[in-house]
Amino acid sequence: MIGQAIALVLARPGEFLDALLTHVALSAAALAVAIALAVPAGLLLSRRAAAALLTINAANVAKTVPSLAVLALMLPILGTGFLPALVALILLALPSILINTVGAIVRVDADVVGAATAMGMTPRQIARRIELPLAVPVVFAGIRTAAVEVVASATLASFIGGGGLGDFITAGIAMSEMSQLLVGAVPVALLTVATELGFATLQRELTPRGLRVAA
Amino acid sequence: MIRLEAVTKRYDGTGAAAVDALSLEVPEATTTALIGPSGSGKTTTLRLINRLVEPSAGRIEVAGRDVMTTDPVALRRSIGYVIQQGGLFPHMTVAENIATVPRLLGWDDARIAARIDEMLGLVGLDPADYRARYPRALSGGQRQRVGVARALAGEPPVLLMDEPFGAVDPIGRERLQNELLAILRRVRKTVVIVTHDVDEALKLGDRIAVLDGGRLVQHGTPAEILLRPANALVAGFVGGDRILKALALVPVAALRRSDGPAPPDRLQIAPEANLREALARMIETGSHELAIAGGGRIILGDVLAKARTSG
Repeated sequence: MIGQAIALVLARPGEFLDALLTHVALSAAALAVAIALAVPAGLLLSRRAAAALLTINAANVAKTVPSLAVLALMLPILGTGFLPALVALILLALPSILINTVGAIVRVDADVVGAATAMGMTPRQIARRIELPLAVPVVFAGIRTAAVEVVASATLASFIGGGGLGDFITAGIAMSEMSQLLVGAVPVALLTVATELGFATLQRELTPRGLRVAA
Repeated sequence: MIRLEAVTKRYDGTGAAAVDALSLEVPEATTTALIGPSGSGKTTTLRLINRLVEPSAGRIEVAGRDVMTTDPVALRRSIGYVIQQGGLFPHMTVAENIATVPRLLGWDDARIAARIDEMLGLVGLDPADYRARYPRALSGGQRQRVGVARALAGEPPVLLMDEPFGAVDPIGRERLQNELLAILRRVRKTVVIVTHDVDEALKLGDRIAVLDGGRLVQHGTPAEILLRPANALVAGFVGGDRILKALALVPVAALRRSDGPAPPDRLQIAPEANLREALARMIETGSHELAIAGGGRIILGDVLAKARTSG
């Protein structure tokens, strides 16, 4: 069956590569937009304890909505295609990043921020030089979770015509063709694992040296 | 100089004032220890000086300028601040921590690098060994030293310390206190130090301000506080052995007598030892007098008279 799947890929390399590229592009774009939105928003929302608490609770509730439901909800609003799939994936990525950003900033040691204030740092300097570097490991843990969610959920984009590797899976199921299904499923699984490992490495590298557990 | 004039701080929604019509003067290049039970307003008083807390009423001057009309960021860059455990930035090296205020002040790199090494030397840490370390790799006492180095790096005329040695073990604390005294003899700073430790206040303070319920109960030299406590609270605070503590403030050399025959060498005491130590030696040896190394003697009667009369 694996052999058949490989033969399928080799028979139509263009189609496979297209799907793979769409899958990666969709995931990367969604993650990039989500980071650009959620990190600054998290920083702002962490300024007030009430806003921070509300954000974390709301995001936790939002996280329980199944990926497929979010994608399906896009249909009546934005129709089918790449864009609605992208919007849906952004929405899926936001909560994890938001929760971790708010949580990380709120948990920065008050004494450290107090010392920075007392030494004459402006609020901006404190955010850039103290709070964000100290929050990096936790923020990145959120980005890593979101990245894996997005890569996995991008498979479902196929249901609303978003393309990607999910196309092979839906076609395989529709035609009861296991080899076709594998052409989609195996690369998605590998991509997800690679994303996890890649972001884990990145997270370690970006953690300031003074905060690393074993250095 | 630091001057507080009838300063009151009332936090929103609370009835009692945290600091109540407090007036206090800290002369140039002297150290004042703020002491009192918890909730007495000593930390609030300290934080009013660098505007971490803003007064509800009254006036606070640092170097002749009203802090409320001074830009808080510029004000704080000219005031060193040390807190318990140092409050070091964990993601920055020792050197980067010390460089914080010089960098904010826009010094050039060469001057900053020289200042880092100078400050590490001042607090007794070898620059080559400690510059590149992270706070995580320091002991409590070393963190506290780096905290002091960081506070002094920007050449502030004023230094505020909030229970700086509270988290250090007793032996380490005494060593840090001695080092701080040595540092303050070399660099002239106007210092306010908050502590709940009476012995620390007696040791470090040129003057001591005793606070209770946000009010100044007594303000004076260590000897004045010990020998003439203003009320029962102060007397209780300084402890039942306050006379002995007062004797500990006076060196043996102050009561040197050159008359009469010198006692034998086995009854000798150093001139820089204090009267409490001299008294302990007399009790221990059963002698009414001791020989002072380098000449002269000290007699029990003089020590007792000193204890009864002044400080």
